[in-house]
Amino acid sequence: MTIKRFPAYLRDMQEDIEGYAKAYGLDFFPILYEVLDYKTMNEVAAYGGFPTRYPHWRFGMDYEQLSKSYEWGLSKIYEMVINTNPAYAYLLEGNSLTDQKIVMAHVCAHVDFFKNNYFFSKTNRKMIDGMANHASRVRRHMSRHGQDVVEDFIDTCLSLENLIDPMSAYIVRTPKKVSEEEEDQKDKSGRLRAKGYMESFINPPEYLAAQKKKREEEEKKAKRRFPEQSQRDVLQFLIEHSPLDNWQRDCLEIVRDEAYYFAPQAMTKIMNEGWASYWHSKILTEKALTAAEVIDYADANSGVLATSPGRLNPYKLGVELLRNIEDRWNRGQFGKEWDDCDSMEQKRNWDRRTGLGMKRLFEVRKLYNDITFIDEFFTLEFCIEQKFYSFGFSERSGSWEIMSREFKKVKDQLLRQLTNRGQPVIMVEDGNFENRSELLLRHVHEGMDLDSAQARDTLRNVAKVWTRPVNLLTKIENKGKLLRCEDGNLSERSAEYT
Amino acid sequence: MSQKIDLDHGRFRQIIRGKIKQNLRKYISQGEMIAKKGKDTVAIPLPSVDIPHFKHGDKQQGGVGQGEGDVGDSLGQDGQPQPGAGKAGDRPGDHLLDVEISLQELAEIMGEELELPRIQPKGTEKIVAWKDKYSGIRTTGPESLRHFRRTYRQAMRRQIAMGTYDAKNPIIVPIREDKRYRSWRSEPLPQSNAVIIYMMDVSGSMGDEQKEIVRIESFWIDTWLRSQYHGITSRYIIHDAMAKEVDRDTFFKTRESGGTMISSAYKLCAKLIADEYPSDLWNIYPFHFSDGDNWSVDDTHTCVELLKKDVLPFVNLFSYGQVESPYGSGQFIKDLTEHFDEDERVVTSEIKGKDAIMDSIKEFLGKGR
Repeated sequence: MTIKRFPAYLRDMQEDIEGYAKAYGLDFFPILYEVLDYKTMNEVAAYGGFPTRYPHWRFGMDYEQLSKSYEWGLSKIYEMVINTNPAYAYLLEGNSLTDQKIVMAHVCAHVDFFKNNYFFSKTNRKMIDGMANHASRVRRHMSRHGQDVVEDFIDTCLSLENLIDPMSAYIVRTPKKVSEEEEDQKDKSGRLRAKGYMESFINPPEYLAAQKKKREEEEKKAKRRFPEQSQRDVLQFLIEHSPLDNWQRDCLEIVRDEAYYFAPQAMTKIMNEGWASYWHSKILTEKALTAAEVIDYADANSGVLATSPGRLNPYKLGVELLRNIEDRWNRGQFGKEWDDCDSMEQKRNWDRRTGLGMKRLFEVRKLYNDITFIDEFFTLEFCIEQKFYSFGFSERSGSWEIMSREFKKVKDQLLRQLTNRGQPVIMVEDGNFENRSELLLRHVHEGMDLDSAQARDTLRNVAKVWTRPVNLLTKIENKGKLLRCEDGNLSERSAEYT
Repeated sequence: MSQKIDLDHGRFRQIIRGKIKQNLRKYISQGEMIAKKGKDTVAIPLPSVDIPHFKHGDKQQGGVGQGEGDVGDSLGQDGQPQPGAGKAGDRPGDHLLDVEISLQELAEIMGEELELPRIQPKGTEKIVAWKDKYSGIRTTGPESLRHFRRTYRQAMRRQIAMGTYDAKNPIIVPIREDKRYRSWRSEPLPQSNAVIIYMMDVSGSMGDEQKEIVRIESFWIDTWLRSQYHGITSRYIIHDAMAKEVDRDTFFKTRESGGTMISSAYKLCAKLIADEYPSDLWNIYPFHFSDGDNWSVDDTHTCVELLKKDVLPFVNLFSYGQVESPYGSGQFIKDLTEHFDEDERVVTSEIKGKDAIMDSIKEFLGKGR
């Protein structure tokens, strides 16, 4: 690993850019830059931006793909920044100065986003140390139990890494445990509210007695259920309840920990890249560019924002939507009056000179994630102006085709693919399925089937961790199916999906 | 320069190697990797190297894009677009990973898996080529070999020592004694040449399937022998009732309808060896593939005589592969066995189908000759 000393001219550049950024109101952690040659850049990228990760072949695979793709001239990593305090960012050696300027401005905005966006607020800002600790824990397990055994188990854990509850850091899912006294005091009678003189009609004693009995039974049932409520964080459940060795549990915890660390980045990809692109173009075009650099800048910038068929460019969508918001709030295009207005003509020329654009942008970057961002600000006008379409696979022609340009369909599709970071939702339904200590998972079917081959392989891995047979309730082509993995053998039968 | 990633990368390559080895029989019989052959490498599609996840099936998933186009327009020019909101893993529904490995490595894997012995080349000591290798510096030599940097470095060193060097006006003038020249050492380069002579029956009874088998088998033979010799040449002979030498493409594409005279091919082969490949300088490997249906008993006799007199004395190994075909009688292999059962310069192998290719390769190359 060659680390080049950070040259003075880049340090001066950094000072300038950060000065501009602060003047605009960006608020970021201190940023430490390192200039890397492309090999080291690919290495760091394969490690997800971190200098030290636990040993695993997958990083080697990613590295090979990155290197190949760089050597063939297909892709090049300009920049990388990680969410830590201080933030570390990497510059590619040999990039033009204009490129480095863009990258620095871009990085400032990313770090501002990391620091201020709500969804990053629970992340570990000392993750470099965190990752290094994970690495040394895994190495210790490996020297004790053998590299193959541990690596193999990590493969299994990684196969389940998306089975987490990304929102759990911000929401209390399970109600606090109530003490037994409180529990007793709770009114279980099921009495409906009624005025005194109606009481005997609305709540006849027999009815109350029946209600009470029913409730108690339900509660008993729930108590016998395990887990009491369906659990979204499958990894957590496995860590707590699988018969694992200590080192295995530790590996699973490490994988889960890192999955949670990376989750906010997946949840805010569009906003984060949009925000960074918005600021690099603002800082460069308004302040930092010299006349000689304009063409190079435009070239690089258009490369970042280019779209290609069948592919959503988060940079482009993000930056255009942010600019749209800025414009709307500058001209007062919001609120009840705006929403109720039906005249396109009037809307087009709507300008209340409210000038709230910048203020609104900073609020948005603080409070929103991709889903809420798109849900609230992706409007009909924006959809038309930016020429969005939804596409799908047409069985008839055997190719991917544009399906619709209808606003509602496009937006639905967009939101759907952002929900749960585009991953299927899998819940732990029952840890003692059919009273045989088997595991029952449920795929919460939202119109899309699971990839069947992958689902089978993954189910095998769940079974490896759980050690007893594992079942997955899902729907395939609209029919309920129960996939079952017992001793590594898979079977499938029809089942009622409710 | 060593990097941290080298360990993980090495680990990945090791896993790939293991997977290829595990599935070698499948790869050998399918021949799909031949299509992806580059100059020195092949791309091998490996299933299940990547880690499986619960994920949505791609075809139902669809996506959102931006730009021109009407409803119903197809998106992909070449194959498929890449749906997904900038997600990692951007190959749709593609669980296969194309891994590139060198032919050398592939040969090693095959050698390990089939337990093929290394070939002891004959005539190694006789053929010695000399290779010049620049290895040092000396003070005399032709100007064309002058080492610019070393010369100037020496001159600068001298000037500093003499006190004539001025850092403010750094002019360096080399004199005769400063000049440095590259020097070389001649290294003996043991060189063993080999030639593979492929012969194939292209008479009517050899169908496409039979030819495919020959094609796959010759690929693996090539790969292995290439890993054993520095320089290797391949020659191709096709025959029905007549034999002629052709290039590689024609070899696999030609289909004739005539009868079969195997002796014609052996004659041409013997002529090739006699004219171009003196056996004290060359390791010679004739391979003959046919469905075993020869024209007449007389011709078979001619073949046997030819082999005994004009072929076998000069070659390392003569291999005959008989591909099963619905039309052939399959008699020829019996005749060969009858005459050459004791002769270890002759290997025969019956190839019943694609699945038998691997065993047949082992029979051919398992002798280490």
